Amino acid sequence: MSDTARWRAEVYVSLRPGVNDPQGLAVRDGLRRLGYDEVEEVRVGRFVQVWFTAPDAETAHRRIAAMCEQLLANPVVEQYRFTIEPAER
Amino acid sequence: MRFGIITFPGSNGDHDALMAVRLGLGQPAELVWHTETDLSAYDCLIIPGGFSYGDYLRPGAIARFAPVMEAVAREAEAGKPILGICNGFQILTEAHLLPGALLRNASLEFVCDWVFVRVEQVRTPWTNRLMPGQVLRLPIAHGDGRYYVDERTLRDLERNGQIVFRYVDAQGQVTSDANPNGSVANIAGVCNERGNVVGLMPHPERAYDRLIGGDDGLAILASVLAVGLELALGRSV
Repeated sequence: MSDTARWRAEVYVSLRPGVNDPQGLAVRDGLRRLGYDEVEEVRVGRFVQVWFTAPDAETAHRRIAAMCEQLLANPVVEQYRFTIEPAER
Repeated sequence: MRFGIITFPGSNGDHDALMAVRLGLGQPAELVWHTETDLSAYDCLIIPGGFSYGDYLRPGAIARFAPVMEAVAREAEAGKPILGICNGFQILTEAHLLPGALLRNASLEFVCDWVFVRVEQVRTPWTNRLMPGQVLRLPIAHGDGRYYVDERTLRDLERNGQIVFRYVDAQGQVTSDANPNGSVANIAGVCNERGNVVGLMPHPERAYDRLIGGDDGLAILASVLAVGLELALGRSV
């Protein structure tokens, strides 16, 4: 693998458990009004894709985690998870 | 006393603040563009309301990385009075110069109204002219004003006296009906531990004259003049 392998990260950001999510409540109520009575809970988040370069998978994970901590999520109220896969050049 | 008012792309309360300082306080004030890196010429700073960078990602999240914010952090560290109003409050929390975060209103609706807030802390440069428990009538205009901190941080804020304003009813009582956005503990404004950095969602700069609906905001802006007087007399602040 070259020094500058290309990667694509899919980052999911959502409010921490326990933080009231009025958007989720509104969507839940909407789904129930449409007849989806089985819906128990909905939480709405944000989906971010990042294309970037890193020499190896470990570095790629570390860099994306840092990006989440610094900007993509606000750790005071939000949590995040991500997946990373090689992207073609 | 020289006021610096920071303008970001998307700020819309900057000219309101400029007018409030010039006309309401009769003090010199300048707009400072977000690319500025030296704020030493100003005796105090206002981060105004608006929708900096379109509120992309989260309100204040992008503005936090504007060149001027490094200078703002330096001046905050040096103890200079800094007031964040509405989007300015959001920016200061994103920059970790103030605790907590501001989330989408519980109603999911943009709220534009007049509210009552109670003064909880008068040992800040922005509230020293007010009385503890005093009730002010101020306008609000925001979609993301729900102040949030976890329970442990809330206890810290209470213990350190960092809660500066709370939403109340006209009688000064904290009630859920008086809370326009679902903020934790009806919090409308907080300060840093040192007290020199204050942020609030209501707009004191839009209440500096009875001609525009009220002048209760003037007392907040005028409080900082005590610091200006100290500076003029050559005393340390």
